[in-house]
Amino acid sequence: MASPDSSVAPLPAARPDGGARVNDFSIQVATANGSGSQSSNTVLLRAIFQMGVPVSGKNLFPSNIAGLPTWYTIRASRDGWIARKKEVDLLVAMNPETARDDVLGLSAGAAVVYDAPLALAELRPDLVYYPVAFDALVEPLTKEPKLRRLLRNMAYVGVLARLLDLDLGEVEHAIEKQFPGKPRARDLNVAAARAGFDHAATLEKRDPLVVRRMDRTAGKILVDGNAAAAMGALFAGVTVVAWYPITPSSSLVETLIGHLRRYRIGPDGKATFAVVQAEDELAAVGMAIGAGWAGARAMTATAGPGVSLMSEFAGLAYYAEIPAVIFDVQRVGPSTGLPTRTAQGDVLSTAFLSHGDTRHVLLFPGSVEECFTMGVDAFDLAERLQTPVFVMTDLDLGMNVWMSDPFPYPARPLDRGKVLGKDDLDRLGGFARYADVDGDGIGWRTLPGTPHPKAAYFTRGTGHDEQAAYSEDPRTFERNLARLEKKLDGARDLLPAPVREGSGEAKLGLLAYGSSDPALREARDQLRREAGLDSDYLRVRAYPFSREVREFVEAHERVYVVEQNRDGQLAALLKLDLPAALVPRLRPVPHLDGLPLDARTVSDAIRAEEAR
Amino acid sequence: MATPATPAAPRTNRLGLSVVEYKGAKSTLCAGCGHNAISERILEAMYEMGVPPERVAKLSGIGCSSKSPAYFMSRSHAFNALHGRMPSVATGAVLANRELLALGVSGDGDTASIGIGQFVHLMRRNLPILYVVENNGVYGLTKGQFSATADLGAKLKTGVQNDLPAIDLCTLAIQLGATFVGRSFSGDKRQLSAMLRAALAHRGTAMLDVVSPCVTFNDHEGSTKSYAYMKEHDVPLHELQFVPAFEDLAVEYDPGTTVDVTMHDGSHLRLRKLEEGYDPRDRGRAMSRLVEAQAGGDVLTGVLFVDAKAPSLVDLLNLVDAPLATLPAEAVRPPREVLDALMDALR
Repeated sequence: MASPDSSVAPLPAARPDGGARVNDFSIQVATANGSGSQSSNTVLLRAIFQMGVPVSGKNLFPSNIAGLPTWYTIRASRDGWIARKKEVDLLVAMNPETARDDVLGLSAGAAVVYDAPLALAELRPDLVYYPVAFDALVEPLTKEPKLRRLLRNMAYVGVLARLLDLDLGEVEHAIEKQFPGKPRARDLNVAAARAGFDHAATLEKRDPLVVRRMDRTAGKILVDGNAAAAMGALFAGVTVVAWYPITPSSSLVETLIGHLRRYRIGPDGKATFAVVQAEDELAAVGMAIGAGWAGARAMTATAGPGVSLMSEFAGLAYYAEIPAVIFDVQRVGPSTGLPTRTAQGDVLSTAFLSHGDTRHVLLFPGSVEECFTMGVDAFDLAERLQTPVFVMTDLDLGMNVWMSDPFPYPARPLDRGKVLGKDDLDRLGGFARYADVDGDGIGWRTLPGTPHPKAAYFTRGTGHDEQAAYSEDPRTFERNLARLEKKLDGARDLLPAPVREGSGEAKLGLLAYGSSDPALREARDQLRREAGLDSDYLRVRAYPFSREVREFVEAHERVYVVEQNRDGQLAALLKLDLPAALVPRLRPVPHLDGLPLDARTVSDAIRAEEAR
Repeated sequence: MATPATPAAPRTNRLGLSVVEYKGAKSTLCAGCGHNAISERILEAMYEMGVPPERVAKLSGIGCSSKSPAYFMSRSHAFNALHGRMPSVATGAVLANRELLALGVSGDGDTASIGIGQFVHLMRRNLPILYVVENNGVYGLTKGQFSATADLGAKLKTGVQNDLPAIDLCTLAIQLGATFVGRSFSGDKRQLSAMLRAALAHRGTAMLDVVSPCVTFNDHEGSTKSYAYMKEHDVPLHELQFVPAFEDLAVEYDPGTTVDVTMHDGSHLRLRKLEEGYDPRDRGRAMSRLVEAQAGGDVLTGVLFVDAKAPSLVDLLNLVDAPLATLPAEAVRPPREVLDALMDALR
């Protein structure tokens, strides 16, 4: 079916600008899971980044080790937009299973690099086709069939380098970074990229997409949010890590373990940390809470199903007032289904996780840099507030590679919170664990092992008095609940403040959080340029909400709350917090297909609402 | 006329503490509950071994047994955690502060029913902890339902018969790799005391399954966890003698009739054999003997298995000597150069 003629398919309709599209396009690579395409795509992304062009990558992958279809989108944006872009300008079709649908889904004028035997050019006439016989390209490189399959994918990087006018030297440099200390893998991959690059010289360039050097990535880094959060925990001085593997959080702990082994083992081989892979998430959080009780900086990392299992412990830690840090890398739904797709679906359930009047501190990092800074801050806040702190990232933030400024070294010393030692007890003659002596609702605690006869107290759940003695007295319970409320209310001023953008004069307010941020900023730009709609934007960074959130809603006639869930979970929390008169101003904008949020989805939804 | 007598100085342990310093709040459990006797034995053992109360962390789950840590050693920190989830809390606490002496107090429902998952993994990790199961085969706080250690054929007061086989915690623990496994009876003061003191000298998980009759819900005719049943079916494997390292007594013993186990701290556990051929260092034999006894309705008591040399979880993790919890910032936050290097690698 392969037709050599397909490379001279009819030219697409004339482009509106008639010229090149420089540093502003998206590439989608369709492969089979487990075929080594992740390395190839990272190399391609990095090569563009090294050319100084802002870039972002999204891995849309199945819950599978090998064989199922996977897509990777790379967006180059001279204007610095790093949200996912829905429209595909260049498709690399390597997967026979999806190739047909992938091609049929393109807009007219898009370019397709494809494995020649797939004969895709017959599908429709309005695209630009570049068939490449990848098997023939890699055949001379190695005799091992398994390696050939991997090298095919590096060959398309070479083809794209030629077509996009990417510097081959940058590709080779990126390959070197991808395979550190593996000279054979590096050489083979370089050879495959060169083979693709050389072969593509025979193709006639008929699409407008090109990369030209810029200087917008100088000094920047490329990193995923899980790696960033792991570094946050490292620089927070975490000492006890208990975890249970679950997508998409596993790489957070695995990266952290690598750092701890490298930087926290002394010359005598002794470790200043303990990592335990627990039997399940109940045990993982139980260990973190036991360690937090005994004074360690303790954490676990999980996803929604794990958070569900941690529910009872979260309530206990809330009432017993024990610090712990829980990273929730959110994903779609329970059980099987879309465990490898992104969502902001745990917000409401985590805010009130457990039974009784529990309420938890949530942090919403909106970038990889905030995965780092909030990863550090979470430990300070947990110990300061003596309560579990949930860092709510998601799969998009956690597992995709993002461009970022380098992370700042923590400016503040560790805040270990209110802890009384032996000398304090000598001076004070004793203490009451749950007494509000400072007026902020936060008591002083002692750590087990404190060598003082008055240091001990009995830790239990809801029923205790100020001395931590068992009590079922109704008044005592009410007083305790009121103090906890006061503590959480005071937390508003300690948590990361919201980030405002815009003049503050607009009638239209946009409110979002977490990984939605890049799409929101781009959507604001689209609304202004394309529809003349001015907006102000508030990015919420923590729950309980800052007092600024209410001010923002008060200052805007309509506030679009953009979320990656169906039911408007953050909006529900806002409704509980805001005066009733402000509630009708909130307009939910849901995004729930499991794919990273893109700007067009947001701006289209708001334009449609505004036109009503 | 007699001169007024100077009151005799109270007896103290090697720390100079009297036994009063090891007391707790008044028990709210039923009079005659086996758990109260176990609490007494625990505090005596702690006192006699000269354990500083402040070094002890008492951890428990939920149930009558798990309330009992309030009734001894008020000078020790305590954590009444969740039903069946104490092992994980204890694991975290010990890793945070390896100097703590962790005492876990659980029951048969808390350990063998809801908590079997965490129990299993605690046993295989060999966390340094003295884990006591106060085993009465029945739920007390919810008024008398069977737990998973209730014996096959045992009857509730209501006449309901248990048709499912019991989980034998000792057999299970030995199979899972636990390094100190003992069974005793709350009514056997001498055996339980010696066993607790030996367990305190063990570095690793010491799991003691102590039959502790529930006088309210499971002490009747037809119960297999009653005082009467234990009087008839308790089969001690040996007579226990514990010689702590600090006493340094060179007591003679006959290697033909007595097994001598040197504990981690240099103390000695001496087991004078009552049953020929039983060696508590033989994992396979211990398990088969337990299965035999269970089939015959006997309750084997004594130190069923001991391996004083296996590395504990703290050893395996190769932790620094100081507690992780209180390491100074400079020990746990890497310097600026480390972050710079990490950032450079990502450029």
